[in-house]
Amino acid sequence: MLVKNLRNRDDLRIGDSKETIDGRGLIGVPGFIDLHCHLRQPGFEHKESIASGTRAAAAGGFTTVCCMPNTEPAIDTVGTLQYVLDVADREAAVRVLPLAAITRGRAGRELTDMAELAAAGAVAFSDDGNPVASSAVMRHALEYAGSFDRVVVDHCEDSELTLGAAMHEGLVSERLGLPGWPAAAEEIMVARDVALAEATGARVHIAHLSTAGGVDIVRNAKRRGVRVTAEVTPHHLTLTDECVERGAYDANCKVNPPLRAARDIDALVDGLLDGTIDAIATDHAPHALVDKAVEFEQAAFGISNIETAFGQVMGLVHAGRLPFDLVIEKLTTGPCSVFGLRLPQDDWALIDPDAEWTVDVRAFQSRGRNTPLDGVTLRGRVMVTICRGHVVYDALKEPAVA
Amino acid sequence: MSLAVKDVLRPPTAQARRHCLDLDDWSESEITALLDSAKVMQEILARPVKKAPGLRGKMVVNCFYEASTRTRVSFEVAAKSLSADVVNFSAGGSSVEKGESLIDTAKTLVALGANVIVIRHSMAGAPHVVARNAGAAVINAGDGRHAHPTQALLDLYTMRERIGRLAGLKVAIVGDVLHSRVARSNVHGLTRMGAEVILCGPATLLPVNLQVPGMRFEHDLDGILGEVDVVMPLRIQKERAEGGLIPSLREYRERWGVTADRLARLRRDALIMHPGPMNPGVEIDPEVAISKQSVIESQVSNGVAIRMALLYLLAGVPM
Repeated sequence: MLVKNLRNRDDLRIGDSKETIDGRGLIGVPGFIDLHCHLRQPGFEHKESIASGTRAAAAGGFTTVCCMPNTEPAIDTVGTLQYVLDVADREAAVRVLPLAAITRGRAGRELTDMAELAAAGAVAFSDDGNPVASSAVMRHALEYAGSFDRVVVDHCEDSELTLGAAMHEGLVSERLGLPGWPAAAEEIMVARDVALAEATGARVHIAHLSTAGGVDIVRNAKRRGVRVTAEVTPHHLTLTDECVERGAYDANCKVNPPLRAARDIDALVDGLLDGTIDAIATDHAPHALVDKAVEFEQAAFGISNIETAFGQVMGLVHAGRLPFDLVIEKLTTGPCSVFGLRLPQDDWALIDPDAEWTVDVRAFQSRGRNTPLDGVTLRGRVMVTICRGHVVYDALKEPAVA
Repeated sequence: MSLAVKDVLRPPTAQARRHCLDLDDWSESEITALLDSAKVMQEILARPVKKAPGLRGKMVVNCFYEASTRTRVSFEVAAKSLSADVVNFSAGGSSVEKGESLIDTAKTLVALGANVIVIRHSMAGAPHVVARNAGAAVINAGDGRHAHPTQALLDLYTMRERIGRLAGLKVAIVGDVLHSRVARSNVHGLTRMGAEVILCGPATLLPVNLQVPGMRFEHDLDGILGEVDVVMPLRIQKERAEGGLIPSLREYRERWGVTADRLARLRRDALIMHPGPMNPGVEIDPEVAISKQSVIESQVSNGVAIRMALLYLLAGVPM
C-alpha cells in the first residue's frame, strides 16, 4: 500500500498491496501500542469482547493492545491464554498481546506456570485489578519471571488502606462523604516494588501511576539504576477528583486508581517530560450500563477510553504542557521498550492534531460507554489506522463516528 | 398570637428548589425562610386538629434502605399532618431483595404515583442518583456519611428557638465526625448561618481533609468546654473500637464522653443536643441527656415541623 500526501514525511510504502491512500495532509505516526487494556473476554462479553475492544482500539489509533488477564476465568493457564490468542487470530482488528496472571486465580498466593505461559505467548505478567499484596510472593514473581526476561506489572494499592474506597481521599471525598482512597496506598506499594526490584535486580513495571508521591519514588529509583518502568493513563493526566462532584456522583468518574488532584496531574506531566514515566497506557476498562447505573459505591471501577485517549492527551499538547513528539513517543517507542517489543513496520496511524470532534458514546466501537467525556469536544483525532498493512479504521469512511 | 399561614409560608408556586439532597447549596435566606415556615408548622401541630391541607392529593413515599425509627416516623407524621398519602417502603421484603436496582425501584415508585421520594440509604449519593432518574421531588433522609439535611435543619431550628440566634454561636460536635452525615450537614448549615463549628474528637474519627470556613478541629474536649454554646456528642459505634479507630470505648469515654463532670464545666446556658440514637454511658451520660440543659426531646418534636416545612416547600399546594 502507498500512503501519499502526508504532512510530516515522504510517502509511506506498507506491505505489498496495490492500494493507494490519500494522506490528506495528515501526520503519519507508528500505530500506538497500549500496554494496558481490558478486553473482558472470556467471561464478561457483555462489557466488551476481543472483537469490539480491538475495533475500539483501531478507532483510537492503537494497533497493538496488551490485554489484562482479569477475565473469568483469569488468564492463568496456557489453555485460557491460547483461547484468547485463538479468538484474537480470528476476530481481532489489531494485534493482541495478552498478559498472564502472576498468581493462580489472581488470588495473590501461588505463582502461575510463568515460564510455560511466557513460552506460549504471555507478553508480561500482572494480577491487575488486584495488587500482589504479599511482599514475599512479589519477590518470588520478580525473581522467577526475571530469569526468562519477562516483566512483572503491579497494580499498586495497599488494599487495607483502600477498604471500601470509592474515590481519591481528599477535600472532595470529604465533601461528598465517600470513603477515600489515599495516595499513600499507592506510594507504599510503589516503594515496596522498587525495593524488591532493587534487591532482586529484576524488572518491575508500575501500572497506572496516579500520585505525585509515586512519581517521585520512581524518579529516585531510576536515578539509582533500579530497573523500574511506569505508565500513566489519559484520564489521570487530564481529569481530577472534582469530576465526581461536578457529575453529582456520576459513576462514570469512578476508576481505580481514582482521579486525583491537580498537583498530581502536574507531577505526572513532569514525570513524562523527564522520562520517569515511560508510556501512556489507556487502562481501557469498559463496563455495561448496569455496572454503572447504580449507587456510586456499588458501581464498577473503570473508564472506557481507548477511543478518546489520543484526543484527551492532545489537550495537554494544545495547552503547551507536553510536546507533540513526546506524546507520540510515549504512545509508541516508549511502551515498546517497557515490554521489550519491536515496533511493527506495517502499523500506522494517520492523525490530525487539530481536528475538533465531540465525543459521542453512541458512536463508540467499544461496548463500554462508561466515560465522563460524553459530549465533550476534544482537539486531536485519529483519522486512519493501518494494521499489518490493512486499513482497520477510517474516520472519513465511517459516518457513525463522525 | 397566631401567624397566618398564607402570610408567612413561601407560596409553593415559587418552588425554586426541586429536591433537597444536601444543605451545602442553601443560602442563608433560604434556610431562614424554611426555619420561619417550620414555626408556622409548629403552630399547626399545636392545634386541637393537627391537620393542614398543604399536601392534599400528593403521595409521599418513605423509601428506607437503612434502619431508622425517628426519621422515618417523623417524615410520616409530617406528611400526614399536611394531608398527604404516605407509603412506607423499606428494603426488607421488597424487590430490592430480588436484586432490583435503585433506579428501577425509584421509577416504579413514580409510576405508582409518588410525588415525593424520601430516601435513606447507606451509600453517599444514592439520593442524587434517584433525583437524576426519577420524576419526583427527592428528599435526602440520610445518605452514607454524606448528608442528613433535615436533621441539621431541625438542629438549627432548635438552637435558634432556645438561644434566639444562630450567628456567632459556637457549636462543638464531638466524636465520630468522620462517619457522620449529621455532622457534615450541620457544618454546612451552621457556618452558612454565621455560627462557628468546632469538630472535636480523636484524629482517627475526624474528616481531616474537610475545609469549610468557620469550622475548625480540636482534639481536647476539656479545652473547649468553657467557650461553647452547644455541645453535640455523636453516637459512637462499637465497631469503631473493633476496627482499630479508637483503642477502647473506655478510653473514648474518658477523653470525649459528655459526662456529668464535663456538664458541670459547661456554661450554665449551654445546650446539650444529640441526633440519636444514643449510647448512654459512652458518648453521653444518661444524667446529661435528661439534664435541664438537654434539648434532645425538642430536637425530635421540632423535626416534624421542619419536615412539614420542607415537604411543603418542595411539593406543597397553596393552603
